[in-house]
Amino acid sequence: MANTVATGAALGILDLGLEAFRNVIRKAFKDKGEEVIKDNIACAEAGYHYARTNCPRCEAFGIREPEYRRLMLIDGVHAIGMGAVMSGCKFYSGYPMTPSTGILDYMASRAEEYNLVVEQAEDEIAAINMAIGASFAGVRAMTGSSGGGFALMVEGLSLAGMTETPIVIAEMQRPGPATGLPTRTEQADLLFVLYAAHGEFPRVIFEPGDPKQAFYLTNKAFELAEKYQIPVFIQSDQYLADTEWTYEKFDLENIIYNDYRLREKDLEGIEVYKRFKYSSTGISLLAIPGEAGKHLVVADSDEHDEEGHIIEDSETRIKMVQKRLLNKLPLIKKEIEPPLLYGDSSPKIVLIGRGSTYGVIKEVVDTISKDHKVAMMHFSQVYPLPERDKFDYIELLEKADLTICIENNATGQFAKVMKAETGFEFSHKILKYDGRPFTIENLKEELHAYI
Amino acid sequence: MPTSEDYKGQVPAWCPGCGNFNILSTVKEALVELGIEPWEVLVVSGIGQAGKLPHYIKCHTFNGLHGRTLPVATAAKLANNSLHVIAVAGDGDCYGEGGNHFLHAIRRNPNITMFVHNNQIYGLTKGQASPTTAQRTHTKIQPYGVLAEPMNPLALAISQDCSFVARGFAGDQDYLKELMKAAIAHKGFSLLDILQPCVTFNKINTFKWYRDRVYKLEGEYDPSDRLKAFERSLEWGDKIPNGIFYKNERETLEEGIPAIQEEPLVRQKFSIEDVKHEIEKFY
Repeated sequence: MANTVATGAALGILDLGLEAFRNVIRKAFKDKGEEVIKDNIACAEAGYHYARTNCPRCEAFGIREPEYRRLMLIDGVHAIGMGAVMSGCKFYSGYPMTPSTGILDYMASRAEEYNLVVEQAEDEIAAINMAIGASFAGVRAMTGSSGGGFALMVEGLSLAGMTETPIVIAEMQRPGPATGLPTRTEQADLLFVLYAAHGEFPRVIFEPGDPKQAFYLTNKAFELAEKYQIPVFIQSDQYLADTEWTYEKFDLENIIYNDYRLREKDLEGIEVYKRFKYSSTGISLLAIPGEAGKHLVVADSDEHDEEGHIIEDSETRIKMVQKRLLNKLPLIKKEIEPPLLYGDSSPKIVLIGRGSTYGVIKEVVDTISKDHKVAMMHFSQVYPLPERDKFDYIELLEKADLTICIENNATGQFAKVMKAETGFEFSHKILKYDGRPFTIENLKEELHAYI
Repeated sequence: MPTSEDYKGQVPAWCPGCGNFNILSTVKEALVELGIEPWEVLVVSGIGQAGKLPHYIKCHTFNGLHGRTLPVATAAKLANNSLHVIAVAGDGDCYGEGGNHFLHAIRRNPNITMFVHNNQIYGLTKGQASPTTAQRTHTKIQPYGVLAEPMNPLALAISQDCSFVARGFAGDQDYLKELMKAAIAHKGFSLLDILQPCVTFNKINTFKWYRDRVYKLEGEYDPSDRLKAFERSLEWGDKIPNGIFYKNERETLEEGIPAIQEEPLVRQKFSIEDVKHEIEKFY
């Protein structure tokens, strides 16, 4: 109760009124009964009145009681979890590892209400193989970990690529190498996730900038994973995972749900079902074993023929690589949205970021825009890089005097991806690798060297 | 009713005389005699000579990674508990690379069947020691002989209260079929370790070597006695018992999950309308 008194006193110092706090108490102690609520409200009032009476000079702090609005309060891991539930995810397997554990916790807490199966695996190798097994058997499945745990999942990722099994993987970064700084933040796994796994197969990487983006991008991850039968990543970090944001609302009308899995009635007229039938899009029909009548579903980690059986010949190999990888890539690229441009529409200075640096870069743009033609270019759909037809972001960058890439790592991983994929090289980089997120003050200070 | 013709798959690429041929034909017979149709069974295999088995029968197949049969098989069962799920692996696959998954599958007790083709050697990679290779066996990469003690999978499984533990021999197909049928029919995680001669790389544990040693557990043997089962599982050498060593009727993994009590997860319809109210929890 001491903290209730203290909160009451703080509100008294600020002259903010007690009504909102009374509601918070009623909600927080709802399950503990009327008496607990009554006592806590009395404590809050005692603290409040003590401050009002004994601190006459506190008048100076007085701020106008705000207009109360009903807002959502949500952090990154809950937004990812809710995005999964609203995308029809029915199976989540994981092994606890900070900062990804929150997703596992959330999914388990919703298992009963939404009929989910959530399994704590014996290790991350089992976690990804379970997600693959559940997806193969016909349900939307997801796994998640941090960099070290994802390292163990890498062979499984390749298995999803080869068997064209849709899965969504949350990779929640913390500073490495090895155990690193387990409870801190970094953006140093982009190249790892981009190049993880042997062999060549398509993948998509999203890096949300805030919980709202995390929610929608998780939904898009499930859509693309199942539409193209590929692994899709939601990559984020400890900072976004655990940071709570407020919102008016999430617009649920924008949720996408298309069930691409086929059952007996969907396969009418097909004489022999072939799980990996060649097609110009690279996409073959995705039937559910046991729910597809007498049709059999065969998948193999070996190179295989259209039916899914092991092969050795070079002709089939070439056709399968074309189907699985080359035919799909251009279609997947078209699904990727261009970066967000915020600020001046023909900027001289462009601050480039991805993922969780969204908020801080945006705010820095706000504070320096009266003196500079400046804009933020924020990538949340990071790989494959978007095409230039909707928004020629490369042209915009080429016209700017300064293009500064801001990343929470020591080597500028996104800058490398940009150069490798588009040939464009940012003029400068601001990098932070102390395990802490950027603050407005330190980002502005770093910028002073250039502007 | 299914016939063995329904289960006819591709032509095997095993060495002539391999014990796997006997296991393959016995699996088909067991499934036919149990009346299970090819579209009602999912075989999950790993990598190794045993891992090729599902290509040579005809059924739903997931031929995944070396060592990882059990996580895939367990999750497939959770997603669709109306399927018969059989995991197939070799001794290296299940007891070596997949050892951790083996332990935890025993703990979880999903209602799936595990056939281990135990030839006491690595066949696919040409003759290295496996977890069950006899101590002091010389191989190309164990020039002083294998220094480690062989693993005893049955004793390990019984010590962990595995729901069903049995051993068969590829050279006695009639009895192997009975054991396979019992393993598939058993409710819970069923381990059937199958002694399988590798005619190319294991010149010690041949068909004759096993024939001279294997015998069936006595008719009056009681597989519900765990301590007795453990004791019998330690018998190895001049005499090697076959049969059902141990079984119990403990709760399966699926029975403990409320979400799949009424119908398999895979048949449950999803609509965004049913979950939209979730957002209210964040206000």
